[in-house]
Amino acid sequence: MSVLIYLIPISLVLGCVGLAAFIWSMKSNQYDDMDGAANRILLDDDVTK
Amino acid sequence: MDRSTPILPKTPLIPNDDYESLVKQNEAAQNALSLLVGGVHCAMCIQKIESSLIQKPKVEEARLNFSTGRLNIVWDGPAVQANDFVSTIKSLGYSVSPYNPDAEKSSMENENRFLLMCLGVSGFAMGNVMLLSVGLWTTTIETMGIATRELLHAVSGLIAIPAVIFAGRPFFNSAFSVLRKGQTNMDVPISLGLFLSCAMSVFETIRGAEHVYFDSAVMLMFFLLVGRYMDFRARKSARSAASDLIQSLTGFATVIEGGKSRRILIRDLREGMRVLVSAGESIPADSVIEFGESSIDTSLITGETLPRTVHIGDLVYAGTLNQSGPLTLIISKAAEDSLLADVVRLMEKAEQGQARYVRLADRVSKLYTPVVHILALAAFILWAGFLGAAWQDALMIAVTVLIVTCPCALGLAVPVVQVLASGLLMKRGILVKSGDALERLAVVDTVLFDKTGTLTIGKPQLKNKVSDEDLQLAASLAIHSRHPLSVSLSEVYHGPYIDLGDVKEIEGKGLEALYNGQLIKLGSRSFVGLTNAPFSDDPEIWLLVSGHQPVPFYFEDKLKDDAQETVKTLLQDGLDIVLLSGDRQNVANRIGLEAGISRILAEQTPVDKYQQLEKSKADGHKVLMVGDGLNDAPVLAGADVSMAPGTAIDMAQNAADIVFMGGRLSSVSYTHQVSKLTQRLVKQNFTISIIYNFIAVPAAFCGLITPMLAALAMSLSSLIVIGNSFRLRSINK
Repeated sequence: MSVLIYLIPISLVLGCVGLAAFIWSMKSNQYDDMDGAANRILLDDDVTK
Repeated sequence: MDRSTPILPKTPLIPNDDYESLVKQNEAAQNALSLLVGGVHCAMCIQKIESSLIQKPKVEEARLNFSTGRLNIVWDGPAVQANDFVSTIKSLGYSVSPYNPDAEKSSMENENRFLLMCLGVSGFAMGNVMLLSVGLWTTTIETMGIATRELLHAVSGLIAIPAVIFAGRPFFNSAFSVLRKGQTNMDVPISLGLFLSCAMSVFETIRGAEHVYFDSAVMLMFFLLVGRYMDFRARKSARSAASDLIQSLTGFATVIEGGKSRRILIRDLREGMRVLVSAGESIPADSVIEFGESSIDTSLITGETLPRTVHIGDLVYAGTLNQSGPLTLIISKAAEDSLLADVVRLMEKAEQGQARYVRLADRVSKLYTPVVHILALAAFILWAGFLGAAWQDALMIAVTVLIVTCPCALGLAVPVVQVLASGLLMKRGILVKSGDALERLAVVDTVLFDKTGTLTIGKPQLKNKVSDEDLQLAASLAIHSRHPLSVSLSEVYHGPYIDLGDVKEIEGKGLEALYNGQLIKLGSRSFVGLTNAPFSDDPEIWLLVSGHQPVPFYFEDKLKDDAQETVKTLLQDGLDIVLLSGDRQNVANRIGLEAGISRILAEQTPVDKYQQLEKSKADGHKVLMVGDGLNDAPVLAGADVSMAPGTAIDMAQNAADIVFMGGRLSSVSYTHQVSKLTQRLVKQNFTISIIYNFIAVPAAFCGLITPMLAALAMSLSSLIVIGNSFRLRSINK
């Protein structure tokens, strides 16, 4: 059972990474335009100068 | 060629719209501009617009939101560049209008973000707590040891408590605000259940007891947030119609001052200003014609198909369309006092009236909330007072009662079905804009139909037979005009055109030209010199070739193909149908009888229509309004539920709860049938969750439910409800 000492924190860290990724994607407005994101994948390149 | 495109103005050069005044500075002292771009349909549109802008000097960012059509541009250069951007986008073929971010929409976006964040956090918490709980459920104390169990309990608590405090706020906030008003709603038992189960579990963890309820708490919260989010998404697209209408007053108008012209925002127009309106432009405010002659399309206000000829001194209304010639107007009322603004006020009044509708879920929760609390209290009193249990154990049982009755299935019962139904309708091109529209549609008993553009195609169609030569000649002349009758005339003719010389359009009368050296005329009966031909009810134009008898062309607005069938289906479903038309009595009668409608009300102004609605509502009827014009907008907004075809004006589409594309009228009866089935499934879902409670509550009451059983029962009831909702798809079989 002592292996749990490592496993629990590892699972929590992995979970937190997922949560952090979610919060980051949300804060950078990635959920604002879902239809647009679905369409942009069809574009050849990102629009640049 | 798209005949609805306005002919280029024959007026002196009009200055461009001044977008410079709309430029704002952002935090980094860069200029920023928000625009609404119309006509964006695909990925290529996004790329064309964005890349054309980003290639301009000093442009930092150009980002188009595909869902909302909103374009944000940020640049370092002078503010006046804004006009250059706008003309670039216009030259690509897209329409541009100024965007005024109004407070309501952004608060909607904030709430969306808040709910999504809560959902993410509670999902994270549920996943991790469940991971630990599976260990707790499947392992006995002998193999695990007390220390491990307590560690798992403590870790669960450390995850669950912050998560509940963070992600439970949608429920806590709502519960708190209704409690302060001395009322209760569904969120009160949810909040209490979440709070008590966490508090109790903390206590049990410290005590080193066998069971904790952290898993139930976070799972409950997650499922409820899913329901809440779906419910929100269904309602999100329902925007306030009135505020969108005000947006239509945010365009530009050309003002002439001291011999110079400039473009100013319509809302800045004041009484007495002199305004120039070119052909194809809308009249910006109620005004009097100072100079010029034209025909005005008043279909927005009166619903009439044929344009009205106006002369110097006539009054024209805001929102009507100037069709043929340039007009100089003197504003008689500022934009916010115009007839259009009156309609806005009527709509606001109508929308407030509609807000009183109580959703089924709210009615159920009103009944449900007191029962749950009384049951939990009864459990506590029974166990502590009469059965002699320790108060901690009695409280534990009371909390279990609260948790297992907690409306997981109840919270999902309505949104899941509604979201599925919306998706089903979407595939048929029917857009449900407000979440509870289907619920309201299921109970209607009266349908009010508008005539022009709703029951009918909305365009005059040639009725009588004419010889091919006459048709060819008339069509060759008609292509030179944008009058609706000319347009339909040239639409029915598919052969080659005759080259005519010296074509002239005489405002409000007709067209004349030279053909083989002879004068030919196409226009009204007085224009071709007729005085005593038999009168017709229908719109008509006459063709005169010098030396010949004038030839008449009669037109009528035809019923849509599926109008009769739709009316028949609706009548079979036991609904009353009334035709409300702004048109003349005999035209309305003919269309009504052809469609199979016996109750016909003609010559109705927007106010008459609205009064008709109020009368029906006062008689206790539930009313569905189907309409497409500005004259229908207040009724659309005020009816219990409303539908508009996709060909309707924007304002009518915004006011309506449901918009159907492609003009198929059968969408009305189909949506009605789907709404009935939706409502039946919602009621079944409620029954399922009530049956679940009948089993779970007594078990919890007797103290038989462990955390694992509670979690299992809760997910099972949710899954059954979701599964039942999917039966909605059977309607297609």
